[in-house]
Amino acid sequence: MNGLLVLPIAIPLITATLALLFRKNSFLQRLIGVTGMAALLVSVLFIFRDVHTDGIQVLQLGNWAAPFGITLVADMLAMLMLGITAIMGVVVAIYSIYDIDRERERFGYYPLLNILIMGVNGSFLTGDIFNLYVWFEVMLIASFTLLALGNSKNQLQGALKYVFINLFSSLMFLFGVAMLYGMTGSLNMADLALRLPEVENTGLVTTVAMIFMVSFGIKAAVFPLFFWLPASYHTPPVAISAIFGGLLTKVGVYALIRVFTLLFVNDTGYTHTILLWVGGFTMVIGVLGAASHMEFRKILSFHIVSQIGYMIMGLAFNTAMGVMGAIFYVLHNILAKSNLFLISGIAQRLLGTFELKKMGGLYRHYPFLAVLFLISAFALAGFPPLSGFWAKLSLVKAGLSIEQYVITGVAILVGLLTLFSMTKIWLSAFWGKVPDEVPDHFGKQPLFGAGSLYILMIPVMIIAGLIILIGLNAQPLLEFCMTAAEQLLNPSVYIEAVLGPQ
Amino acid sequence: MKSLILHTATRLMIGVLILFSLFLFFRGHDEPGGGFIGGLVGAGAFTLYAIAFGTEATRKVLRIDPITLIALGLLSLVVSGLIPMFLNEPFLTGKWLFIEWGAMETKLSTPLLFDIGVYLCVVGFIVTVIFSLEEE
Repeated sequence: MNGLLVLPIAIPLITATLALLFRKNSFLQRLIGVTGMAALLVSVLFIFRDVHTDGIQVLQLGNWAAPFGITLVADMLAMLMLGITAIMGVVVAIYSIYDIDRERERFGYYPLLNILIMGVNGSFLTGDIFNLYVWFEVMLIASFTLLALGNSKNQLQGALKYVFINLFSSLMFLFGVAMLYGMTGSLNMADLALRLPEVENTGLVTTVAMIFMVSFGIKAAVFPLFFWLPASYHTPPVAISAIFGGLLTKVGVYALIRVFTLLFVNDTGYTHTILLWVGGFTMVIGVLGAASHMEFRKILSFHIVSQIGYMIMGLAFNTAMGVMGAIFYVLHNILAKSNLFLISGIAQRLLGTFELKKMGGLYRHYPFLAVLFLISAFALAGFPPLSGFWAKLSLVKAGLSIEQYVITGVAILVGLLTLFSMTKIWLSAFWGKVPDEVPDHFGKQPLFGAGSLYILMIPVMIIAGLIILIGLNAQPLLEFCMTAAEQLLNPSVYIEAVLGPQ
Repeated sequence: MKSLILHTATRLMIGVLILFSLFLFFRGHDEPGGGFIGGLVGAGAFTLYAIAFGTEATRKVLRIDPITLIALGLLSLVVSGLIPMFLNEPFLTGKWLFIEWGAMETKLSTPLLFDIGVYLCVVGFIVTVIFSLEEE
């Protein structure tokens, strides 16, 4: 029993409430937004310490014992995800100070952002499959509104696609939950893990597994269910794009990792083979999509899809090394991807457009920004000594150790193609000639000092610093990921933590 | 809407509706009812008023911005969850306080606070939606 476990859910809720109460005061809202995220980060660090020293932490909400009440479970995977969410929360809250206009602030940007984070944290912490559905809905409702906030035409277009496909996915999820409950009479994930192997109709269990795969697959944007993502993620303001692109799809990946290591592990020959194919196709199609586009944020959106493939591949290997690689990849990717989005926002402020053909000259006038872009882009493509290298290395090693040569080869090839589209951005936006029509402030507005974009630069520098730090000193994080993977592949630890000794 | 019948009926009805919504709210403690349905009826009262006299007048009657109502509701939900944490019990555990008034007994509890939060959220949310639709 660890009472702290509720804080990652309660703190964003309190922050949202306060921001809503003071919604007319722009300064207070920003202050509350940043402080709330910082408080969240501190609380996560405290829980992390407990999980690190004492193993999986459990909280029975309202003192209702499992499997009847709702249980919050913090294992290493949940903690790593919570940690990265809190870090992203802090940097995006800072970035928003400059990026989000007054109009959006007045219509509740900060409360919605915090509700979104609450939903994400709830999904990571919950140990109850129906409760997971509820947190998904919390997250989705907040994200619908954030996506449509501002009411521009292409935003509504994007939001509409997003809403429809995600409602469909929620419906599938609900069907799956209902079937699980019908078969086993339980919704607690630890309890389900005990009861599912006893179900006589194993075919039905595999069917439910596939339903979950489709539902979470849509949310994670895997092949062939990814098309909604590039259609919507480039429409809202950059701060929102960054948190969506970095974080939201990863919640789908998290859910996949959770159910396919805890619940559906009895027919891995079938389910995990499909996952492997899905992972491979997602990588290739995503990167090809990115190669064919010329809009900064669209390229990044397609890359999200491609990168998801790596994570699914790691999960499909179903070995400690593979799952560890997948988790490490998730963490690294959230950092690198969000940072690229944030940089695209700064480039747009300077050049007035996201179209690569109309961009250029950034390297000449803003070399420091170019360096930050290079760090994130190289990390994404997997260059040593940056964070992406270790992520790809562990996945490749995992693939080779179980003799999955073809998919490992594909993964390496996709890494090269990733580099290709990053070079495309680099060549036109950074090295290209200064275009004929640029805003007057281009080249004159400094990055730091008075009248500059320094509020936008701080978050980018923080993340770039983290990427380098992870790259140069990967060992601690790799060990945390290994612990997480071992906990996942040995579900009895999780089950015992929730239900007591069996 | 300009209609004598509606205006007069609304004036008579609104008090009854609000009383009824409070009745449903308190009844929900042990019997069917509660914050959600009470809040719906309460919001119905203000919606009726908005149809009869317009949103401007309703804002005056309500005295408090409906979005602030949502915020206060959320605040009361969080507080009801946090109270047991100060007594070293998990979030959302029900805590009760019994106060004797001679023969009568009053029961105060965190579930009551939670329900007040639900009531405020529902009223605030529905009135906000109705206002934005009307003012469009």
